[in-house]
Amino acid sequence: MEIHHPTSLADALAALSSGAEPLAGGTDFMVEVNFGHREPESVVALRRISELAEWEDHRIGSGVTWRRIEQDGPTALAQAARTVGSPQIRNAATIGGNVGTASPAGDGLPFLAAVDASIELTSSTGSRSLPWDEFFIGVKKTAREDSELITAVLLPDRLPERQAFGKIGVRDAMVIATVCCAVTRDDEGDTRVALGSVAPTPMRARAAERMISSVPNPGESDLGEFQRLVSEEVSPITDHRSTAEYRRHSAGVLARRLLERCLR
Amino acid sequence: MIVEFTLNGSPVQTRVVGPASLLDALRDDLKLFGSKNACEQGECGSCSIVLDGELVCSCLVMAADAQGSTVDTVEGVSTEETLHPVQVALHEAGAVQCGFCTPGIVVAAVDMFEKNPNPTTSEIKEALAGNICRCTGYGSIIRALESLSGETA
Repeated sequence: MEIHHPTSLADALAALSSGAEPLAGGTDFMVEVNFGHREPESVVALRRISELAEWEDHRIGSGVTWRRIEQDGPTALAQAARTVGSPQIRNAATIGGNVGTASPAGDGLPFLAAVDASIELTSSTGSRSLPWDEFFIGVKKTAREDSELITAVLLPDRLPERQAFGKIGVRDAMVIATVCCAVTRDDEGDTRVALGSVAPTPMRARAAERMISSVPNPGESDLGEFQRLVSEEVSPITDHRSTAEYRRHSAGVLARRLLERCLR
Repeated sequence: MIVEFTLNGSPVQTRVVGPASLLDALRDDLKLFGSKNACEQGECGSCSIVLDGELVCSCLVMAADAQGSTVDTVEGVSTEETLHPVQVALHEAGAVQCGFCTPGIVVAAVDMFEKNPNPTTSEIKEALAGNICRCTGYGSIIRALESLSGETA
C-alpha cells in the first residue's frame, strides 16, 4: 500500500486522480479495514490539509471535525454532533466523512437535508456543488466521482432560528440511530422535517411539511396529523437494530416532539 | 513501510504492513500492550490514545497516517516511580474490576482533566461516554474522578 500525506488541496487532488482513496478521520474507513472488508492499494490522508478544515460562516470545510461542530455549529447540527459516536470519534470524524460515507443512519445528514445544504466536490479539473438530494443516491452511495474530493458542506445563508435534532437509539452514547430527525421552522411557519435511518438515504417528509407549514399556530389535532403523515411517508426496513414497524411509529413521534420544541 | 512518529516523547520507527491500525503497530511491533484490542470499531474505547493532542481510538487510526505525529499512550501517563493522580484515584476507589478497560479510561480521564480541571459529574460521564466497562464498574470510576475535580493540575 502507498500513502500520500499532502498538506495542500492541489496535491491531494493529484493523488486522488492517480487512484488513491481518501482517508479523513478514519472512523468508518478503518472499521472496514479492521474487519477485512477493505484493502486499499493507495491512500491519500487528508488530515494535514488545513484548507479543508476551514469554516467560514455557512461554508463548512469537509475536514471540520464533529467536535468543532458540537461546539460551534448551528443549534440542531450541534445537537446532532453531540450524538455522533463518542468524544474519541468526534475528535477524529469529519463532516466530509459523514457525508461521504452516506450511511442511512448518518447523524449529521437530516439537518443538512432539512436546510437544503449542498455538497461541494472538487477535482483537479474544477469544482461543482450538488444539492443534498442529488448527492445521496442510495445506501452508502453518492454522486461523487473517484477523482473528486468532498471539499465542503454549503449551508444556506439564512437558517431558521427554530431548529431541533433528536435521535432514538438503544443507549445514549456511542449508538447508531434507530431513527434520527431534524426539524426547522421559520418565522413564516415554513417547516422542514428530515429523517435518517428510515429510508436508503436521508429524506424529507414533504407531505407533513406542507400540511404543518400552512398552520400558523398548530394545535393538538394538527400535531397529531403531522405525526401521522411523517409515519406514513417514511419507508423503513426491519434489520438487527429495529423493526420497520417501530421505526415508522417512532419517526412520527420523534418528529412531532421536535416540532413541539420548535414551537415553544 | 517504515512510519516514524513521536511516542510518549521519544522518536520511534515502526514497520507497518498495508492499512493496519496504529493499535496494531503499538501492540504487535512496538510491544506496548497497555492499549487494548477489543472491538476494532471504535465502540469500546479500550485502545484510547492521544494523537496530536486529541483523544482518539488507536484502532481507527491508520498507522501509516501517524507519520510525523505525536502519539501518547497509557504507558506515558506515569513514570517508573510515580503513578498519575488519575491512576491513584482509580486505585484508591477500587475502580478496577477485571481491569481491561482501565488503560483506556485512564487515558480518557487524563485528557479530560488536561482540558477541564474541574469537571462536573455530568461532564465526567460525557468525557467517558466512549469507554465501555463490561464489568459495569462505572459508579466507582466516576466517584474516583469526582474526587479529583478541582484537584488535578
